[in-house]
Amino acid sequence: MIFGLDAKTIYLLIPLSCLAGALLAGLLGWKIGRRASHVVTILGVAVAFGLSAFVVLPDVLAGKTFNGPVYTWAVSGGIPLEVGFLIDPLSALMMVVVTFVSLMVHVYTIGYMHDDPGYQRFFSYIALFTFAMLMLVMSNNFLQLFFGWEAVGVVSYLLIGFWYTRPTAIYANLKAFLVNRVGDFGFLLGIAAVYMYFGTLDYGAVFGIAPQLAAKVVQVLPGVDWNLITLISILLFIGAMGKSAQVPLHVWLPDSMEGPTPISALIHAATMVTAGVFMVARMSPIYELSTTALSVVLVIGAITAFFMGLVGIVQNDIKRVVAYSTLSQLGYMMVALGASAYSVGIFHLMTHAFFKALLFLAAGSVIIGMHHEQDMRNMGGLRRRMPMTWLTAWIGALALIGFPMFAGFFSKDMIIEAVHHSKTPGATFAYLAVLLGVFVTAFYTFRMIFMTFHGKPRMDKETFDHVHESPWVVTLPLVLLAIPSFAIGFLTIEPLLFGNYFGTSIHVSTQHPVMLELAHDFAKGGESSVNRIGVFVAHGFQSLPFLFAMIGLGLAWLLYLRYPEVPGKIQARAKGLYALLLNKYYADEFNEAVFGRGARGLGNLFWRIGDVRLIDGLLVNGSARLVGWASSIVRQIQSGYVYHYAFAMILGLFLLITFFLHG
Amino acid sequence: MDFKQLAFYFFAAVLVFAASMVITVRNPVRAALFLVLAFFSAAAVWMQLHAEFLSITLVLVYVGAVMVLFLFVVMMLDINLVRLREGFGEYLPIGGLVAVLLVLEMAIVLGSGPFGIEQMPEPAPLPADYSNTRALGRVLYTQYLYPFEIAALILLVAIVAAIALTMRRRKDSKYQNPGKQIQVQRGDRVRLVKMRAEKKS
Amino acid sequence: MVPLSHYLILGAILFALSVVGIFLNRKNLVVLLMAIELMLLAVNMNFVAFAHFLGDLGGQVFVFFILTVAAAESAIGLAILVVVFRNRRSINVEDLDSLKG
Repeated sequence: MIFGLDAKTIYLLIPLSCLAGALLAGLLGWKIGRRASHVVTILGVAVAFGLSAFVVLPDVLAGKTFNGPVYTWAVSGGIPLEVGFLIDPLSALMMVVVTFVSLMVHVYTIGYMHDDPGYQRFFSYIALFTFAMLMLVMSNNFLQLFFGWEAVGVVSYLLIGFWYTRPTAIYANLKAFLVNRVGDFGFLLGIAAVYMYFGTLDYGAVFGIAPQLAAKVVQVLPGVDWNLITLISILLFIGAMGKSAQVPLHVWLPDSMEGPTPISALIHAATMVTAGVFMVARMSPIYELSTTALSVVLVIGAITAFFMGLVGIVQNDIKRVVAYSTLSQLGYMMVALGASAYSVGIFHLMTHAFFKALLFLAAGSVIIGMHHEQDMRNMGGLRRRMPMTWLTAWIGALALIGFPMFAGFFSKDMIIEAVHHSKTPGATFAYLAVLLGVFVTAFYTFRMIFMTFHGKPRMDKETFDHVHESPWVVTLPLVLLAIPSFAIGFLTIEPLLFGNYFGTSIHVSTQHPVMLELAHDFAKGGESSVNRIGVFVAHGFQSLPFLFAMIGLGLAWLLYLRYPEVPGKIQARAKGLYALLLNKYYADEFNEAVFGRGARGLGNLFWRIGDVRLIDGLLVNGSARLVGWASSIVRQIQSGYVYHYAFAMILGLFLLITFFLHG
Repeated sequence: MDFKQLAFYFFAAVLVFAASMVITVRNPVRAALFLVLAFFSAAAVWMQLHAEFLSITLVLVYVGAVMVLFLFVVMMLDINLVRLREGFGEYLPIGGLVAVLLVLEMAIVLGSGPFGIEQMPEPAPLPADYSNTRALGRVLYTQYLYPFEIAALILLVAIVAAIALTMRRRKDSKYQNPGKQIQVQRGDRVRLVKMRAEKKS
Repeated sequence: MVPLSHYLILGAILFALSVVGIFLNRKNLVVLLMAIELMLLAVNMNFVAFAHFLGDLGGQVFVFFILTVAAAESAIGLAILVVVFRNRRSINVEDLDSLKG
């Protein structure tokens, strides 16, 4: 309760302030100018962040949750389609993360987009995105979830193609849109299945009914019977795969780097792509009922975590390295979800949001400094020129590789531990994948850091002399993000994971006691919280992941600082592997050849047979020809001679009388 | 067979004869004259049916006006009769057959059944001072007033239409346009020409 | 006494004759118009006969209106005929085919 506003009004105010900013900047941006545009949008997001962090979060911590409709949009067949909010620890956490990162990105954008003609449009989009994302996380029903889901997709599309004069950007946003369509198709089917079998779209009601339908079997295809819950879970997960860029629907995310860097930070690293993770965590009461679905989530996540990381090694575009690391980290989150450690997944989502946004913004800062040069092969030695960026990038990198004490360490170690404990089918594979993933992550991250900030400058002297530290609007968000990237881990690990923060918003069935085992291990550390964290960190220094991370880091140092000529040789030796990685496992080519060409062939077929022959030939021209043919016959009767008509008349009379006579 | 019957069959025979002549004679003028005969006979038959007003009207309107109009038109137009007679008998067999069949069938339907003398007896004789014209007029101007007015309107339209269709303006006919006469300006009529005097004063 | 049926048969004969007349004089517009007059006369005959035998003046009123309309029809018909002749120098039905596709 603040300013005498009741809870509902505050909840409404959070997304609507962002929407208002977006509308003002978007529709009136040409009128109010650049400065006013960023002021209104930042103000809107700041209001949203302030309310989320200082009103909603304390309320939730005090146990004050909310679940109810605020507006009934329509009632269809007795089922209300509502705009409703579910404010519980999970959504409150997401709201704070989203609005905070968004606010940082807004501020950062002032610097980054300083010279861009689409300045107001950009601010409008990112504020609109914040609105959509808030609607998604605050939703209390599937319909609004879907709305937010699609709305963030649309804004993502708009932003990837923000520089719409670049053909590559247009290609990338189209690709993102199409790939997301595939995922959304599954998602929509999942929602439809929920609606069909549960008869409601409200989370609470669905979760209440779900256990009763746990054993229900439905016929998917004739002769193929599936468990209903598994079916729904997997369909929803397909949506999550699209949005969270899991293999094989990951192809759009690296290409989305065509968008401006703040977007990559906000949407394609920190918030939107985590919507899938959030959704699965939100649906935990459903997923918990299906070990099969969890296993799918686990395996897909593991594949993404490891193999996408590998691709990151060979990238030379600084943003693409971070993009592949995002893919990999999203895989980690999925692994955590699959291992029934939902809170760990969300925990990693949060820490990742901070340090990945930080890394992206740092990359963006480098790009500004380099005057929109993104190729790492032309960088090097920027440390002295951009000390602030360098420092914050190091913090982000250490957090990403899970260096003890940094935020990523806690979440990532917990994921690895959770998978270690998990009994879900595929857990062993996932454990191996995430463990090796740590090595890969450390390697490509520090490859990027070393290539960018250390070593000798690989550009000409003049360019190097022109490199300068970014303005304060850029470095301030870096610093503000660096703080949680370092500290958020040990500050929140206890309450989030073991302190029952999530309460009832995440449901873990007793069959998957991973969290309990983690808590058990964690509690061994000692009596006080500081003790336990200390023990955990100390243990972290001796653990396998740390070893792997250090090997990766060391290898990166050896290859890219100590002996920079070696990578070229390795590249020449392992040509096949290198090509495989460089071409991202030929996923694009495969999609192009199979789905792209297949769809074109199918379209061609329909065009030639269906459209040209059947519709145009048979229905349109055919009916016209039929009419023409029939009238050419009827025309014979219509001679225009009176006596013909008279004869017809008399014949009719004749027949009529005959009929009377004999009828 | 009393006189009334005799008169009916006589006039009926004349009517049928005249009608057949109308459709068969070569010359349209003759056809028109036979049509006049047919109308006369019909009027005589109607007279027997106590439709005196109508039979007189038939004679006056049809014979006096319409048929004269027909004759007038036929005689005025320079019609190529030879061409019009081409293929005259072509349809006679089939047409005649159909006509005969039709008449036979209609005779069967109408002849004996419900229209015979038993079912439809001759109505009671009318009083001596009965006037068909008066009775008809009374009905026409009361019950059928509006249709009567519409009929008048139709006739008016027919007159206007006939005139509008046939009127033509000769190219060399001279006429005045009063509107233009009123609008005329001084400058249109008088042209002042300035010229030097031819003779020196 | 002349029964009603004889009047009706007379009307039928007149009607049949006029239809045959349309067949026979299928080219001569004037005679076609005359045949139509005959046809109307046949109809009127029936009306008058029924009016008499049923003792209802309505039939005669109808005949009156039919005569009116027939007079108007023949006036306009003849006017059209005159115009046609003026434009085409012919009243042959077969020449009037400019509307035929």
